[in-house]
Amino acid sequence: MVLKVTDLTVGYTGGVRAVRGVSFTVGVGEVLGVVGESGAGKTALALAVMGLLPDGADVTGSVRLRGDELIGRSDAELSRVRGKDLAMVFQESALTPVRTVGDQVAEAVRAHAKVTRAAARARAVELLDLVGIAAGRARSYPHEFSGGMRQRVMIAMAIANSPGVILADEPTAGLDATVQAQVLDVLRTAKDTTGAAIVLITHDLGLVEGFADRVMVMRAGRIAETGPVELLRSIPRMDGENVSRPRPERPAVLRVDGLVRHYPVFQGTLLRRRVGSVRAVDGVAFDVREGETLALVGESGCGKTTTLMEILRLSQPQKGRVVVLGQDTASLSAARRKALRRDVQVVFQDPVASLNPRMRVADIIAEPLTAHGFPSSLTGSRVTGLLELVGLKADHARRYPHALSGGQKQRVAIARALALEPRLLLLDEPVSALDASMQAGILTLLESLRDRLGLAYLLVAHDLAVVRRIADRIAVMHMGRIVEVGPTHDVYDTPAHPYTRALLQRVPLRGDPPDPMSPPAGCRFRTRCPRYVTLAGQDARLCDEQDPEPSKDPDRSVACHHPLVGAEANQ
Amino acid sequence: MTRRGAVGLVLLVSVFALAFAGPLVSPWRWDEIDFTAFGQGPSARHWLGTTQSGRDVFALTLRGAQKSLVIGLLAALLSTGLAAVVGTIAGFVGGLLDQALMWGADLLLVLPPLLVVAVLAPGGGWPMLAPVLAAFMWMLTARVVRAMTLSAREREYVLAARFAGLGAPRAIVRHVLPQVASLLIVDASLTAGVAITAEGGLSFLGLGVRPPDVSLGTVIADGRGAVATWPFMAAAGLLVLIVLAVNLLGDGLRDVLDPLQDGR
Repeated sequence: MVLKVTDLTVGYTGGVRAVRGVSFTVGVGEVLGVVGESGAGKTALALAVMGLLPDGADVTGSVRLRGDELIGRSDAELSRVRGKDLAMVFQESALTPVRTVGDQVAEAVRAHAKVTRAAARARAVELLDLVGIAAGRARSYPHEFSGGMRQRVMIAMAIANSPGVILADEPTAGLDATVQAQVLDVLRTAKDTTGAAIVLITHDLGLVEGFADRVMVMRAGRIAETGPVELLRSIPRMDGENVSRPRPERPAVLRVDGLVRHYPVFQGTLLRRRVGSVRAVDGVAFDVREGETLALVGESGCGKTTTLMEILRLSQPQKGRVVVLGQDTASLSAARRKALRRDVQVVFQDPVASLNPRMRVADIIAEPLTAHGFPSSLTGSRVTGLLELVGLKADHARRYPHALSGGQKQRVAIARALALEPRLLLLDEPVSALDASMQAGILTLLESLRDRLGLAYLLVAHDLAVVRRIADRIAVMHMGRIVEVGPTHDVYDTPAHPYTRALLQRVPLRGDPPDPMSPPAGCRFRTRCPRYVTLAGQDARLCDEQDPEPSKDPDRSVACHHPLVGAEANQ
Repeated sequence: MTRRGAVGLVLLVSVFALAFAGPLVSPWRWDEIDFTAFGQGPSARHWLGTTQSGRDVFALTLRGAQKSLVIGLLAALLSTGLAAVVGTIAGFVGGLLDQALMWGADLLLVLPPLLVVAVLAPGGGWPMLAPVLAAFMWMLTARVVRAMTLSAREREYVLAARFAGLGAPRAIVRHVLPQVASLLIVDASLTAGVAITAEGGLSFLGLGVRPPDVSLGTVIADGRGAVATWPFMAAAGLLVLIVLAVNLLGDGLRDVLDPLQDGR
């Protein structure tokens, strides 16, 4: 047994008790998953074990690391343990922006071992290699790394002194699903090499499932349940019912065809030359029918949000066509465009950023109404009606956004979007900035609004549980293209594109996405494709040379030369 | 409000009170000539003495302070207002309009202001001075406002308003101006200091306010021959005091407003 926590309690001044009598043990080389909603006391628990809580916190109980009591030790004594036998991987990468990653790992080595500078540097390169970062990149600065690579550097620092226990607090928060899998893989390698036990703290049940040996569920500062990982299966998930409904024959509210958005890239100061363009959106086609929800999913930077913004502009795209309610946006007059804005509204990711902090809720919701000449005598009652529609009270109208919770703010943003009775709502990560408990509320609201008002949603999300629950159809984007479209359950159960499978089933992919300025010739996914490496010469050449076209059927199409399922697979 | 800002505000209010209420208690009007006293020192009859032409220096200084304050503050208001309008429109609308407006700003930056003011100012007398001064002070602020607008217009609540169909002028007034307001307030008070000094300098050189009108600059110029005698120093001292007051006020406002930029 490496770590033994007995009856640990954390209280803050003011009587808040974040952790209430938690006891658990972690054996050598064991992985314990600690799951629970935000606010359940997971992070407070981790900080208490590390001795990193601020002075005002009152910690009682016992934390024994290999039999040595940690509670009650001075900070100086604890620093000798921290980072050496007890290491932590933080939620966000806590790297110094002004020093190279190699230096920072070397510093972690030298903090606890008396070695020369050169030896520490050599060890740093070894450690970075272990977590999958090439030796040449040790001299890079953190900003030159992607989020996943920075998190790997953090893991390299954590295992620098072969710790007995690694505490990983949401180590994959904010990373894409494919990268999350990579980071977990690295963590697993690190565990196997050093023999360290891992305490993995997360709100994401899917993460724990394939990784932890045992699971501890926390709720309101206590352990709600603890047991083998199979325990998770009994916890209700956010996934919706597993029925595939046929696509309704209704008119399309939105039709996008061959949409292109390239951003020019310039170089040079005196003579600015155009050196190329970032192909943010590079030929995207899909349609959304009345009352239907289409989800755009993909890694960050794949062009999901750019696609939304291009639709919202309601003007002629660089290439391709956007047709909203039967009207081609390229040929709209200014007046027609403004009128069409009533029908297409948007809800952004972060309600803090999308509500003007200087305006009252009533004015925020009334703004679209006044913009379209709604009679001011009726505005007040309309605002009240909208507040009720999204589950807020009439007296919220007089408040400022900062006096509302995150979920309430997002409800205000939804009320504003509904003010003009739109027929299509674009949702850009509508719940990802909210806590899990509030997410469920907002999703329920969105579902009921869709059913009551007959809205169509175009949803951008990276949280696959959200997508699975709310979307009828799903379009998977990769490097500005849609690689697969289909009904949500079909795509989940039988993904046809290797990328879809990696994304939905959290299969780690090799490397990072290619440079969007110069995508690889042929298939854009082949540099990372797990299927490509298994292909024989003739089949692989097809991927090298030809850019795969999406298959004909617009209801279930895949852009791959060698899809995993479907009729094409048998050819 | 910080202490510096409070001191600046109190100073400015007292200078204003002195300049506009002072003439009520002064025994002489500023354009009266005392034929019995030419170039005299301070006395009970003339509190700060008289000029070579027999005018009361105390009354002249107050009259000059009135002009300097009005011209300086008016110039600051005009300059900041112009900067706000040009900057937000250029930044928000972008495209050709943006280029044209910024090209105009750059053009004004390279013109020698002294020369242009010297040519333009005599035409309209002192009321022309404020707009002419303002015309040469708004450019840098407009560029800063434009840059701030560029980031402000990408804020999600501004996007949401645009996508809801709000027109550009309304969006600027409701969402962009409040974001740059603190900059503008601070800029106005700091520009006032610069404008008052500039007006004083121009008038001193005979290019700004001209006789028979007076400003602090002309009073100082009148006393040039007698720099050592302190009554004429009163005008210079008052000028310094005014500039100090607006600068302190500007600093104070900046300290108060900056942390609020996004605090709530």
